[in-house]
Amino acid sequence: MPDPVKEYMDVLDPEEFKKEVLSKYPTKVARKRAKQILINRPEGEPVQEIGANVRTIPGIITQRGCTYAGCKGVVLGPTRDIVNITHGPIGCGFYSWLTRRNQTDPSTTEDGHNFMNYCFSTDMQDENIVFGGEKKLRQAIQEAYDIFHPKAIAVFSTCPVGLIGDDVHAVTREMKEKLGINIFGFSCEGYKGVSQSAGHHIANNGIFTHVIGTDDTVKKGKYKVNLLGEYNIGGDAFEIERLFEKSGITMVSTFSGNSSIDFFANAHTADLNMIMCHRSINYVAEMMEKKYGIPWIKVNFIGAKSTAKSLRKIAQYYEDEELIARVEEVIAEEMPEVERVLEQIRPRTQGKVAMLFVGGSRAHHYQELFKEMGMIPIAAGYEFAHRDDYEGRKVLPDIKVDADSRNIEELEVHPDPVKYNPRKSPEEMEGLKKKGFEFKDYEGMMAEMPGGTLIIDDISQYETEKLIEKYKPAIFCAGIKEKFAIQKKGIPMKQLHSYDSGGPYAGFKGAINFYHEIDRMVNSKVWSYIKPPWKKNPELSARYAFVA
Amino acid sequence: MAVDIKKYSVTRNACKLCTPLGAALAFSGIENSVPLLHGSQGCSTYIRRYMISHFKEPVDIASTNFSEETAIFGGGLNLKRALDNIITQYKPGMIGVATTCLSETIGDDVPMILRDYKAGKKLEDLPAIVHVSTPSYRGTHADGFHNAVRAIVDTLLPVSEDSRYTGEDTTGSSKLVNIFPEMVSPEDMRYMKEIISSFGLKGIMLPDYSERLEGALWFEFKRIQEGGTKLSDIRKMPSASGSLEFGRILAKGESAGRVLKERFNVPLYNLGLPIGVNETDRFISALNEITGVETPDAIKKERDRLIDSYVDGHKYVSQARAIVYGEEDLVAGIVSFLTEIGIKPVLCASGAKSGLLESVLKDINPDFDKSNALIMSGADFVEIEEIAGRLKPDIIIGHSKGYSVARKLNIPIVRVGFPIHDRFGGSRILHLGYRGAQQLFDRIVNTIMENRQEASDVGWSYI
Repeated sequence: MPDPVKEYMDVLDPEEFKKEVLSKYPTKVARKRAKQILINRPEGEPVQEIGANVRTIPGIITQRGCTYAGCKGVVLGPTRDIVNITHGPIGCGFYSWLTRRNQTDPSTTEDGHNFMNYCFSTDMQDENIVFGGEKKLRQAIQEAYDIFHPKAIAVFSTCPVGLIGDDVHAVTREMKEKLGINIFGFSCEGYKGVSQSAGHHIANNGIFTHVIGTDDTVKKGKYKVNLLGEYNIGGDAFEIERLFEKSGITMVSTFSGNSSIDFFANAHTADLNMIMCHRSINYVAEMMEKKYGIPWIKVNFIGAKSTAKSLRKIAQYYEDEELIARVEEVIAEEMPEVERVLEQIRPRTQGKVAMLFVGGSRAHHYQELFKEMGMIPIAAGYEFAHRDDYEGRKVLPDIKVDADSRNIEELEVHPDPVKYNPRKSPEEMEGLKKKGFEFKDYEGMMAEMPGGTLIIDDISQYETEKLIEKYKPAIFCAGIKEKFAIQKKGIPMKQLHSYDSGGPYAGFKGAINFYHEIDRMVNSKVWSYIKPPWKKNPELSARYAFVA
Repeated sequence: MAVDIKKYSVTRNACKLCTPLGAALAFSGIENSVPLLHGSQGCSTYIRRYMISHFKEPVDIASTNFSEETAIFGGGLNLKRALDNIITQYKPGMIGVATTCLSETIGDDVPMILRDYKAGKKLEDLPAIVHVSTPSYRGTHADGFHNAVRAIVDTLLPVSEDSRYTGEDTTGSSKLVNIFPEMVSPEDMRYMKEIISSFGLKGIMLPDYSERLEGALWFEFKRIQEGGTKLSDIRKMPSASGSLEFGRILAKGESAGRVLKERFNVPLYNLGLPIGVNETDRFISALNEITGVETPDAIKKERDRLIDSYVDGHKYVSQARAIVYGEEDLVAGIVSFLTEIGIKPVLCASGAKSGLLESVLKDINPDFDKSNALIMSGADFVEIEEIAGRLKPDIIIGHSKGYSVARKLNIPIVRVGFPIHDRFGGSRILHLGYRGAQQLFDRIVNTIMENRQEASDVGWSYI
């Protein structure tokens, strides 16, 4: 059988592409970018090293966000019943106000609290910068308490806060004592890390320290799990919850799609942690394993086959015939519809080329959906991931800790004297491993991408342009910041941060939604109007599909 | 009547954006320019995200990417590296440097850093560099916008080079006029330029993002999108026959038009945003005065058709109650228009707090006082919502962020201004001139009509 990727990349040599792109940079920049642009060689040993989680060069336009965005916007944003107060001038709070399309269903918590539609800010003014903002913060917390009587209030620091010396942790401690509810702060000033990734880590540390393990109520259910790194964009969590319920699996908590602080508080009572987005949440899983003895596994509910695989993996973990049988039933019920839709759509998508540049896991996970449609992902990369997300966790011991990472506290975690309870004995773990079961493992994106494809970390606007110009993909996946520059070239662009207005794309129903959406996009009639009749330029006859 | 409600120290659902956003938008309106935010990369990412979701166009804003060490030791080195990289990569004609709360809080002396940067270079190799101070803890996005426009004029047209500008007639037979359009839509900008040329004038609009933020598909790679005010045109501004500057609140403070007047004696016409008949009439009269020419027929006919539709539609909107919010000058313009079509503005709100909104509203329309409208400065959407229920409004008019208020009150919203990120075509909304008033009028009448039709028990299918 001919290898479509190889044929495609042979025509358009990726080495050539790399050389061409780098030639336009000043020497120093080119040297740095050379490490971040790789031609994939998954079988080769040792694994190629990619430059990742390194600071963006000033003046190079990046798609990355800041520490605050990762902490408040990504990890804590989707929790509906914490009053999240942004401590700082108005911009940061405004820009993180409902921009991520996280959905939530307040009917599943008794008080029905939902503060996600609100954007609270201390809206610091000149005088607060000069004389300090602690007084205003204290008032803001008091007012939030008086108005909403929430279970918890969280405070997020923006750039000026650390600089003027406001001690948000002292203020939150004081107010926690005064008001008797859980109040905690995050030092997530924007400049603290290389990207939003630093903010994820800070958020993980904060939830672990202040929330997880504060309520020992044990939920009913035979198979109790936590799903980590799922943010319920476009209703993804609802679809995953549906499948769990159908399979008889009890979700104790999701970090943090459709979540309540109550669910975090007793997350330590679950028996298994599953990680979706490895980048943003692996810290919590690691710490929970150390403190409470809960093992973690990597799962992926994006793509029908991956969903089935992940469900089977859960059943295998419990080594329980009943669950194994139930999961098989669920898969057997769900798959026929998936197959039916795929059969319909595949003739229109087969052999077309996709590129994915997004996030810390999505650029990897979404390749599954494209492969199911017969499409070929020929270039991919993350915006804010680290080397382990590309090369796999096996490289963790080799990653050099630079000054930026050292800024973010690594919590020292020990087994809890009372609550530590290893869910599996070392022998049981060993037994499962022998059967090919992988604990706390993530192989990374590179292992699963074909040889000869392009892997580009923190891709710049300029590199994106060049990539599109050369390879003319049928679809490009990224976020809103890239969207219109891609579409300017007459190439459809799917947002994988916020899904445009679509979703869910997780699970079986989500996969079906995604197939339809991609079909609508790549086969839209508008692409035939791109070239006006008076612009007859043969070079521009875009190559939208590669036919193997 | 100014509103007195319980003020909280926390802002809930802000009705304003931050100053660097306004500056980045203004800088985007200069040809071949790159806006650069001096601070943490999150600022430029967030601001790009917001501008892109409104304009639905690529928006490039560079950052000096502060790290923790930069925050401690100062951002001079980062700023210089960013300038170097932008110059090599983009070959811009201008770089607009706006500060952020981070660089302002640590007290970076940007003018000094820039002087130092230029000292080591050949001037002819450098693009124009314009700096504006925009800490987000002072003012709103509208202030950032105005200050950036003023900084462009102030920096590119220094008084010492006065002689370079006078007496130079590079425009052939047409007279030059400067126009400072305020933070309006690309469609507004295109229409204003059309009006100016229909008077036989050559207009220099600053800024002009009508093409860059609403352009065509690309057939070749573009480092920087096309369009924008040409630097060579900005240099001609001192020899113009007049400057038209929109914004009655803006007119009370320092502005680009005032710099041109004080420095080069360019006559300044302070006008309100020409929304509705009254304010547009004033704008057209200014053009009559500058040119000595009568209003072109096409424009007169637009006005005639507008008034004809006012008459035909009057009863559908007469005495309807409206809430208006947004930037102060936009609120002033919209309220002026609503008053002339018989809609009662019951609440006029802005996140800004110049303290001038009430007096400006009275200036535009002396009858405004009788309307008993509430005026809210430094407002946020929760305050608006708290007071709105009691006012029994029929309609609310403003940008997308007011949608949740409209939804709670179960009244329709007519979207104007910025940001419009929950609808398509925000760039193509026309607010200004007779044609803009026509479109606003039709949208408002139809929205009220649709709402009544939907609410009707029997339904009706013709009017």
